[in-house]
Amino acid sequence: MASYLVKRVLMALLALLIITCVTFIIMNLVPGGPFMSEKAPSPEVLAALEAKYGLNKPIGEQLINYLKDVLRGDFGVSFRMQKNRPVIEIIQDLFPVSARVGLFAVINAVLIGIPIGCLAAYNRGKVLDSALRVVMTIGISIPSFVVATLLLILLSVNLKILPGMGLTDWRNYIMPCFALSFYPMCYIGRMTRSSMLDAINADYIRTARAKGLSSGRIIFKHALRNSLIPVVTYIGPMIAYLLTGGFVVETVFSIPGLGRYFIQSILNRDYPIIMGTTVFLAAFVIMMNLVVDILYKVIDPRINLSNGGEA
Amino acid sequence: MEEMANKKLLKVNDLRVSFFTPAGEVKAVGGISYDLNYGEVMGIVGESGSGKSVEAYSIIGLLQSPGKVVGGSIEFEGENVLEFSDQRMRSFRGNEVSMIFQNPMTCLNPVYTIGNQLMEALTCHDKAVTKRDAYNRAREMLELVGIHDGDRRMKQYPHELSGGMRQRVMIAMGLICSPKLLIADEPTTALDVTIQAQILELMKDIRKKTHMAIIFITHNLGVVADICDRISVMYAGKIVEQGTADEIFYNPSHPYTKGLLKSMPRVDADEHERLIPIEGTPVDMLNPPDGCPFGPRCEYCMKICLKHNPPKAELSATHNAACWLLTMPNKEETEND
Repeated sequence: MASYLVKRVLMALLALLIITCVTFIIMNLVPGGPFMSEKAPSPEVLAALEAKYGLNKPIGEQLINYLKDVLRGDFGVSFRMQKNRPVIEIIQDLFPVSARVGLFAVINAVLIGIPIGCLAAYNRGKVLDSALRVVMTIGISIPSFVVATLLLILLSVNLKILPGMGLTDWRNYIMPCFALSFYPMCYIGRMTRSSMLDAINADYIRTARAKGLSSGRIIFKHALRNSLIPVVTYIGPMIAYLLTGGFVVETVFSIPGLGRYFIQSILNRDYPIIMGTTVFLAAFVIMMNLVVDILYKVIDPRINLSNGGEA
Repeated sequence: MEEMANKKLLKVNDLRVSFFTPAGEVKAVGGISYDLNYGEVMGIVGESGSGKSVEAYSIIGLLQSPGKVVGGSIEFEGENVLEFSDQRMRSFRGNEVSMIFQNPMTCLNPVYTIGNQLMEALTCHDKAVTKRDAYNRAREMLELVGIHDGDRRMKQYPHELSGGMRQRVMIAMGLICSPKLLIADEPTTALDVTIQAQILELMKDIRKKTHMAIIFITHNLGVVADICDRISVMYAGKIVEQGTADEIFYNPSHPYTKGLLKSMPRVDADEHERLIPIEGTPVDMLNPPDGCPFGPRCEYCMKICLKHNPPKAELSATHNAACWLLTMPNKEETEND
């Protein structure tokens, strides 16, 4: 187990390095730069700015300098959006905002998605199953900006029962959390349903029924754990994506979160912020995948992590 | 035991089970009746698709849709099992009747320890039992089924055990609530022959120790010979012959039973002696033939056999068979029909 972890962490670092390099290169290949705007600065000013931030060097050298800085824990400072503010500080500021909304969305998606999947599987072919399947299919086909906008129009503009922007009150969280979690919730529900259907027909479920267990125990103890592997595989990276904020939802509800900031940084060509947020998100996703792999072993004792997760 | 001898543990009367498939109604069990005394071991023998497992599943309420009991009654200690509420059914299953299955490799939940699954079988019926007591009881049961390093085994997962070992665990699980009836659905079929013998030995041993009634379902006559007091032979959803083990083996009366016995390999057979198969194929249960279901395959088949179902012929107080050969006192009548 220990050697497995060491191996996985080393692989994660390698992956991060590759992601960093690729992002850095692509970002620089895109025409334009952080200091382009309608009121173009004079060539002298531009040259001075580029010299200040090291942008006049060849791209290979810039990349190596960036990597060196990152190894020292220095992710640079913002060029434009919050001039000269360290990127780390900005992320520290914005991540909690997104994470709070995201956390509720994660809880919502998991705690509702899994039970409705179970419910649908248990009532396979009945009206309840059909109804839930319709809802879940709608959920995975509607883009989140439609859900967010519809919610906003209905609950905030027309019915005026929920505030439409900002994050001042707990009531502010309801719509963004729902909009953010609707797709993952439905996706988890569908996945739980299909893997649950496999589990329900297994021999050990018949054994559990023959023992005299209640349906609840059979479903939630015996069948659910055996059908969790694909669901957990999805939930891991989903947590990373939801906690770092959804751009669309944060934009619609005017939430000053990381997701929205990330997109803005791309539009503004604020290189250090693009890099900082990308590396942060990538590290988060990689870490969640590692957690998922370890969870496999917890869920199913037959899985042997050290030989590549073969059962 | 003595005063109970007259009271029946289980009375199955004209049980009919059908599967409602898109292709039509399949009458998997077509009206079978038998009863079982306390502590008695009955074997149900028949080929695949003869309805023997379906019949057993209906006793314990495990029939899955599209299967449905369409007629008859199953009385367990005077109560009709078919009228049980869900609640009553749950307290009945595992507690008063328990069941072990054919494939021990897949019958235990792979993600829980043996101990967890054993103890659960007890705690779901006896809410008052402490964890300590449940643990001890589970260990005791493992001891009873011949697993002596109980403490270690309790912590293991099913994949760490061999097939024979898993079947022992299944049996321990079936016994943990001291049920009055154990239904064993081909418990040895998936095991290799030496393990089969061990499991049979174990079941005989348990029978001696617990005095529990057993319904032993199998397609292997050799397996039941040893352990059963009585044997029912099923064919196409009907019991064609019923009798004590001796009556079935020494005085088989239904042509199907005779055929089964002839098709069994014998230790004393000559080197080049061939097994005698029962010719033909099993009945298509979707379109069963008129008359005796075995008729088309029967070497003694008469005209009447293909028209009318044979009645039960009582050969002794304990022995009966459903065959026209046994109910025709004079041959002329047959010819005239």
